[in-house]
Amino acid sequence: MTTTAERPVGTPANTALQRTGQWARRAPLLPALIFMIIVTQLPFVGTLVISFMNWNAYYPDERGFAGFDNFVRVLTDINTRNAILTTILLTASVVIISLVLGMLIALLLDRAFLGRGIVRTMMITPFLVVPVAAALLWKHALFNPEYGLLNGVLTWIFGANAPQPDWITAAPLTSVIIALVWQWTPFMMLILLAGLQGKPLDVIEAAQIDGCNNWQVFRHMTFPHLRQYLELGGLLGSIYIVQNFDAVFTITSGGLGTANLPYTIYQTFYNAQDYGRASAAGVVTVIGTIIIATFALRTVSSLFREEGAR
Amino acid sequence: MTAATLEKTPTATADTAAHTKRRRSGIALGVIAWLVGILFVLPVVWMFLTSFHSENDAATNPPSVFAPLTLDGYANFFGGGASPWPPLLNSITASVLSTVLVLILAIPAAYALSIKPVRKWTDTLFFFLSTKMLPVVAGLLPVYLIAQGIGMLDNIWLLIILYTSMNLPIAVWMMRSFLAEVPGEILEAASMDGCTLPRTLRTIVMPIVLPGIAATSLICFIFSWNELLFARVLTATVAQTAPVFLTSFVTSQGLFLAKVCAAAVVVSLPVLIAGFAAQDKLVQGLSLGAVK
Repeated sequence: MTTTAERPVGTPANTALQRTGQWARRAPLLPALIFMIIVTQLPFVGTLVISFMNWNAYYPDERGFAGFDNFVRVLTDINTRNAILTTILLTASVVIISLVLGMLIALLLDRAFLGRGIVRTMMITPFLVVPVAAALLWKHALFNPEYGLLNGVLTWIFGANAPQPDWITAAPLTSVIIALVWQWTPFMMLILLAGLQGKPLDVIEAAQIDGCNNWQVFRHMTFPHLRQYLELGGLLGSIYIVQNFDAVFTITSGGLGTANLPYTIYQTFYNAQDYGRASAAGVVTVIGTIIIATFALRTVSSLFREEGAR
Repeated sequence: MTAATLEKTPTATADTAAHTKRRRSGIALGVIAWLVGILFVLPVVWMFLTSFHSENDAATNPPSVFAPLTLDGYANFFGGGASPWPPLLNSITASVLSTVLVLILAIPAAYALSIKPVRKWTDTLFFFLSTKMLPVVAGLLPVYLIAQGIGMLDNIWLLIILYTSMNLPIAVWMMRSFLAEVPGEILEAASMDGCTLPRTLRTIVMPIVLPGIAATSLICFIFSWNELLFARVLTATVAQTAPVFLTSFVTSQGLFLAKVCAAAVVVSLPVLIAGFAAQDKLVQGLSLGAVK
């Protein structure tokens, strides 16, 4: 309080009060913030440090500084490069296919028809099966060449001479993609359906009275309105599918060219015990993610600002 | 409309024709919607049906849809080999306790980001979201090494802490969007009338936010229950969770399809129930509260 006398200009007491006020406002936020920094950020620092080390748990005596060796090994390794390609291919195809399917189904469900609620509930169900269970279901009950439902249906249709493909061996990555699309289409559908239900009905009605056909209404009104929801679905889907481990682990165990980055890193660390290389691959993944996430975050923040402006 | 139709009868018939045509295409689209819905739910129905078949009936080609129902698959799952009960209990413990912890941390944080926002609150919000974008697998090794160092491997509390960090960003985003719905004028009026903060929270904020807390809890529960990678790497026999237990079915073991389906049904059932119960709030939760 003495400071007030010392400084004639300004209102330090007021600033002090403001500062206390700011801290009082911050206080409820701090536990969550500190918790997140400790549990999610510090491990990445650890990963960064280990990525520059020569550290294989099978050879504990050879531990030491490795410089950029791990990165060179990771980036020149054909397996890692394949894993990067697989990750991109897997993520992009699952996100795009489920977005398109999700949009078509959302458009179907946006109209009144008998039993709409039941169909909606049926549509959500795949998303509510535990991922490992869903992957097991596809692997054993649907894709299995001897007793799977897919080949069973082929036998029904074509009789005893029906083709009986070994789905997972014939098209491993496609099998994983199909199982994931089945689980993620409901997710996209839900977000897009919510978007459709918020579209400006009066404007669309006016357009219809003015003689716009369905396609014109969709092209110029529904679709622009849906765009931000498509972006949101695409972003959230990418976040989760880029990290997919369950389906790859369960359906193909990373074999037959389906090993994505999370699976490869898991294997380098868990089976090969090569800590240095696993960490370098982790750092590369993080850098890649940051590049993509920067664009993605911009999308969300624009959506978010619109919401705030409303 | 009526005046117009009375004047010009030819247009009226054209109108009715267009109407009938539209109705017919409406019915067709409804049928398509039903077919698509059935196609998507079919694998789950098949999973339930197979779980109630005997192993011999489950492994036929073509499939025996109308085979007699039995509980053998479930008996095998619960009785044959390692018991699934400890993993199921571990999953319940990890999911419930981490959800409670998430709520304890997220609600005050969301309060500081909405009702009485700190400066740069959007930056803080995006910091929470950005932690979700960093791949889990990249931080896994240090977590493993630290856990090994302090003897926390195969300990359910390690999973509880990690699941809390996994779900906290989602919960903060969701709770913020719910708290933002509390009208500021009411809060001001309450404080002017001399209402204390705890009382304001209890009588004004809570009733508005309670459905949001329920939705957030369900989403966090589902994500924790489903998690595989952390549990697979950081637990062994003691703290093993249900998804890890399911991975023992990855390789085929002779006639075991009914047992696999029974296992998948048992492990998925809590999520199916929670998800159907929260159907309306599911979208809001999954979109982090961005879609109402």
